[in-house]
Amino acid sequence: MIATGRSEIARLKARGSAKSGAEHWWRQRVTAIANLPLVIWFVVSAVSLSGAGYEEVRAWLGGLFNATMMVLLVISLFWHARLGIQVVLEDYVHARGVRLAAQIGLDLLTVALLVSCLLAILQVSLGS
Amino acid sequence: MVQLALPKNSRIEPGKRHPAPAGAARPKEFAIYRWSGQPGEPPRLDTFTIDLAACGPMVLDALIKIKSEVDSTLTFRRSCREGICGSCAMNIDGHNTLACTKAIEDIPGTVKIYPLPHMHVIKDLVVDFSTFWAQYESIQPWLKTYTPAPEKERRQSPAERARLDGLYECILCACCSTSCPSYWWNGDRYLGPAALLQAYRWLADSRDEATAERLEDLEDPFKLYRCHTIMNCTNTCPKGLNPARAIAEIKKLIVEKHL
Repeated sequence: MIATGRSEIARLKARGSAKSGAEHWWRQRVTAIANLPLVIWFVVSAVSLSGAGYEEVRAWLGGLFNATMMVLLVISLFWHARLGIQVVLEDYVHARGVRLAAQIGLDLLTVALLVSCLLAILQVSLGS
Repeated sequence: MVQLALPKNSRIEPGKRHPAPAGAARPKEFAIYRWSGQPGEPPRLDTFTIDLAACGPMVLDALIKIKSEVDSTLTFRRSCREGICGSCAMNIDGHNTLACTKAIEDIPGTVKIYPLPHMHVIKDLVVDFSTFWAQYESIQPWLKTYTPAPEKERRQSPAERARLDGLYECILCACCSTSCPSYWWNGDRYLGPAALLQAYRWLADSRDEATAERLEDLEDPFKLYRCHTIMNCTNTCPKGLNPARAIAEIKKLIVEKHL
């Protein structure tokens, strides 16, 4: 239709293969599997803690098991979300510059939110 | 970034109406997408009412009847009229399928016929397959070997041959790829279900010796991993094949390489 001076097969060959993507696909599934028990645990815990005061929650989060589960939950959740949003960007954002900026922003935001969550857990858990 | 409305010259306008012939015993209305191929000219939807009493049973029979008797400018591809050439793939009653194997009586009300979705239209129901063919060519759909050719033939056991069932039957009609939202949004980079099913057809072939090379070439966020198992491909395939499963098998083979 539109003469581009380069045939379609030449364009595809020039693009080649990134030889990556399997790791992303695999990690997305592994974090999904991890999220399943972690989220169920979190929902059950949150329901059982409803109406509890700060001191009660602090004592609950002070336990090693609960603190570990909470840390694992936020790591797994943010990791999974980061991978998922990357897919959304790849699917729908076609302007290269915009996508690049969005992916950098996504990485930075994920790390910032994750660190802030982890510190909050530690703060409550260790009591301050 | 996101285009919510169609560009002005892509909006479909009402077209010509061709009423039923006098004394039609079983009139049936067909609404058919028409575009002249002239840039700037908007597409239109023409309606043809024909007498099914004097028409074959399939949608392709109706299209041929319309072209022969009502409007000879109606443009579409067709050849074998028995579901083996893949030429007459189009969107009929909201589903991508072959006009030659789709029975008119299975469609209630007006039969709506559009070109394959999200392809560049050349004229009426004829779309540009350049990218689709290049994607097929790019997966190198031929037997690749490193061992010297045997005297007579490369043998295959019946069980090994059976692994190609459900793969070799693909006629490359593009119904699957053009039904896939991932292919709509990233059709220039995502290979699409048809090319990927063909890629798996050679990975599954016991005689092919280029598995490693083929997998390396397929591992790409856009070429392969745009598949999000939406399954429109499997849903629409007029040959009853399962491209989504073939793609899943490719993903499994690649993960196994890494583990």
